[in-house]
Amino acid sequence: MDVIINGKTHQVQTEDDTPLLWVIRDELGMTGTKYGCGIAQCGACTVLIDGQPTRSCVTPVGSVAGQNITTIEAVTEDAVGRRVVEAWVVHQVPQCGYCQSGQVMAATALLKQNPKPSEQEIASAMVNLCRCGTYNAIAAAVRQIAQG
Amino acid sequence: MNSLHDEFIPVSDLPEGRPANLSRRGFLGASLGALVLGVTLPGAGALAQNAATAAKSAPRVSAFLEIRTDGSVLLRSPFVEGGQGVSTAMAQIVGEELDVDPANFTVECAPPGSDYQVVGGRRFTGGSFSVRSSYETMRRVGASARQMLLQAAASRLKVPVASLSTEPGRVLHAASGRALGYGALAADAAALPVPEDVTLREDKDFRWIGKPVARLDVRGKSVGKAAYAIDMQVDGMLRAAVQHAPRLDLEPAAFTNEAEVKAMPGVHSIHRLPGAVAVVADRWWRARRAVETLQVTWTDAAPGTRRAMPSDFSSEGRRAQLAAAPGPGIAAETVRDAAATLEGAAKTVTATYDAPYLAHGQLEPPSALARFNDDGTLDLWLPNQAPEMFLARAAKAAGIPAEKIKIHSPMLGGFFGRHFIYETANPFPQAILLSKAVGRPVKLIWSREEEFLRDALRPMGFVRFRAGLDANGLPIALEAEAVGEGPRDRWFGRKPDAADGSAVEGISGKPYAIPSRRIAHVLVDDPAIIGFWRSVGHSMNDFFYETFFDEVADAGQQDPYDLRLQLLADKPRHKALLQAVGDLSGGWKRGPFTAPDDGKRARGVAMASPFGSEVATIAEVSLKDGAVAVHDVWVAIDPGRIVNPGIIEAQVNSAVALGLSSALLEEVVYAKGVPQARNFDGYPILPPDRMPRVHVRIVESGAPMGGIGEPGLPGVPPAVANAVAALTGQRIRSLPFSKMKFGDT
Repeated sequence: MDVIINGKTHQVQTEDDTPLLWVIRDELGMTGTKYGCGIAQCGACTVLIDGQPTRSCVTPVGSVAGQNITTIEAVTEDAVGRRVVEAWVVHQVPQCGYCQSGQVMAATALLKQNPKPSEQEIASAMVNLCRCGTYNAIAAAVRQIAQG
Repeated sequence: MNSLHDEFIPVSDLPEGRPANLSRRGFLGASLGALVLGVTLPGAGALAQNAATAAKSAPRVSAFLEIRTDGSVLLRSPFVEGGQGVSTAMAQIVGEELDVDPANFTVECAPPGSDYQVVGGRRFTGGSFSVRSSYETMRRVGASARQMLLQAAASRLKVPVASLSTEPGRVLHAASGRALGYGALAADAAALPVPEDVTLREDKDFRWIGKPVARLDVRGKSVGKAAYAIDMQVDGMLRAAVQHAPRLDLEPAAFTNEAEVKAMPGVHSIHRLPGAVAVVADRWWRARRAVETLQVTWTDAAPGTRRAMPSDFSSEGRRAQLAAAPGPGIAAETVRDAAATLEGAAKTVTATYDAPYLAHGQLEPPSALARFNDDGTLDLWLPNQAPEMFLARAAKAAGIPAEKIKIHSPMLGGFFGRHFIYETANPFPQAILLSKAVGRPVKLIWSREEEFLRDALRPMGFVRFRAGLDANGLPIALEAEAVGEGPRDRWFGRKPDAADGSAVEGISGKPYAIPSRRIAHVLVDDPAIIGFWRSVGHSMNDFFYETFFDEVADAGQQDPYDLRLQLLADKPRHKALLQAVGDLSGGWKRGPFTAPDDGKRARGVAMASPFGSEVATIAEVSLKDGAVAVHDVWVAIDPGRIVNPGIIEAQVNSAVALGLSSALLEEVVYAKGVPQARNFDGYPILPPDRMPRVHVRIVESGAPMGGIGEPGLPGVPPAVANAVAALTGQRIRSLPFSKMKFGDT
């Protein structure tokens, strides 16, 4: 089947119910999107599907054929994504960094849909887990863009 | 495979002082036009005196630098980066003396080698030891390299060395206005001997040490470019997944649907492993689906199997076992006669406390990639906190000499103590066996469910306290028996007549002037695989002690903050820190009080002395729907001296999150010998909406440098529990809080 990732169409040979995450990581060798839990608990695998933040670990690849999938590898090709990455750098957000691909994608999705989110809207959108506890830095980075 | 102490020494036995001075017998080698610096430190002497158990091999200390022709610097760090910021700290320390901006460094975790034994003559990333143990050594490495570059420039320019100076990345000859970049001098410098003596910068001249230098890894981690062990790929690689025996020490017997599984898409082969079965496939998801489809009958371990997990083991039963285990145990701290003082006390307070098993829950699931090469060597990529330790184990697993194995240590997607060797808790022996069996490189990933099944746990803790008060309500005696097993003696060897420091730390070693004390360890072997978990024994023991302290204060009608101050009258460092956290929080107030949102709140305080640093913590809480909400946590931390205040603040935030997570939510529950939660749905960890604001004050008292990664954690659970008690009158003596319902306030 054809899968469109970061604007490029890939032919993939796999079962329809293979999670998109493993197509991205194993089939296509793009390892920026992370496996954390496999059950949509942690959000480390967050990608954008037609702009919607989506947990790729529970998304069957067969369900997204023809849709536009954006992964962390293309985040800086987007103006909002670039601002998010710069805010992540300014606020020195990552520690171990393992969840941050998903966090950056979640923030990018939020700010593309809602450039001026309220505190409550930030809290509702930024729900991915971080075992290093970078939550305050994440919120500060998103807030800076929302207020900027 | 049960003892690591051949390779390792107990963390608590390591010297806390400075490492030995650099030797005059250094060596230098050139490679490809780069300056390659190794520094040999004096052998048979100073360190061995401090760490007798480390004296087996000559205690050398070195670091490894390459200055490339473009002036950039590669530093092979003795430490692995796992979020704690150690790579950046190493670049700051070396760069300060070398005179190179830390931003121009690339930092890698060095391979195994005698050059990198900088932690008291050994090497590991843990115990919050990295910066404090290697600080002097790494500065001298930078200073030595700078001196060699100066000498090379002097020859090139035909001027005396004394007429030269440096500015970041280049050597200057002020008299003639000439300058030479480090990159252009590197090859010449590499041919020079390591200088006999170097002068280190004075602290007042630091440009980067002590400053909030930006982390080197932040941008890469923000755009998905950071590569962890789980991301490694090599040509011809197959992928593997495992299904472990549900209970430790069961072995695979028969497969009932082998043909069906073999016919599944992408499946290469099915394998029996010790305590597990594996499927190797072309893709990991296919391997996982196949191995989980495989129907396996498991047989009991052979009679007499060491530390077999009993089929009736439960965490509830373990708690009852600890509660029933009699004292008096092995004393860890004895001051005067606590029992006699208690007899004559005007009032006594007793309580028992417990804390559950905990999982590490680092977000990167464990993996290992093994590749046997045509020349008989083996490359291994694996998450680890101690390359030499893993090398030794890998050699045993592979059946080849250690010299034929190359260990790669990618950055860690969190660790918190997870990536030491814990018998059945590491995937690399399985990856080695699988790669050997299929004759191709194999990357094995444990699913999150397999990780929850085989993680090495923070042990369960149980403590009996008894305190005696005088007629004025002041504590005059304290007895504590910490019951259970600590990870240090499990993995590093037990001394028959000594308490396990990792079982009592945080109950022993407290600074308060309580004149009679007996702190003891009652050893009860733990059937579970236990391990180090961020701040180890302190992670629960400071909760036990500091919360009981508030019970004692209440019994004596003392304010808990004031009582701490009073009992620290002769401890200026601790007293100043307690005052600092009081100031930081706007002045101590216990409450309950009415917050601006009209809710009722209260505050609690706690102190801890973990890993060479001192910490004072205040937390403010309210109740929401019967659960505890933590609004603010104030932390004053005194690590003596510092390298990067920005990283310290981040680490304190991180430690607050993990400490709060453990207090509020976390508990590994065993039933019938099996951990019940297999993913984060059954083992919740702190979500973003429960993260408090965190306020940090760093106090540089000038004391010997302490640790940073772990010390922020231990004060959090007790500060929060004490705040809850102030608010509700309910004492929390058993973690996590989620087991309790708190009254409406």
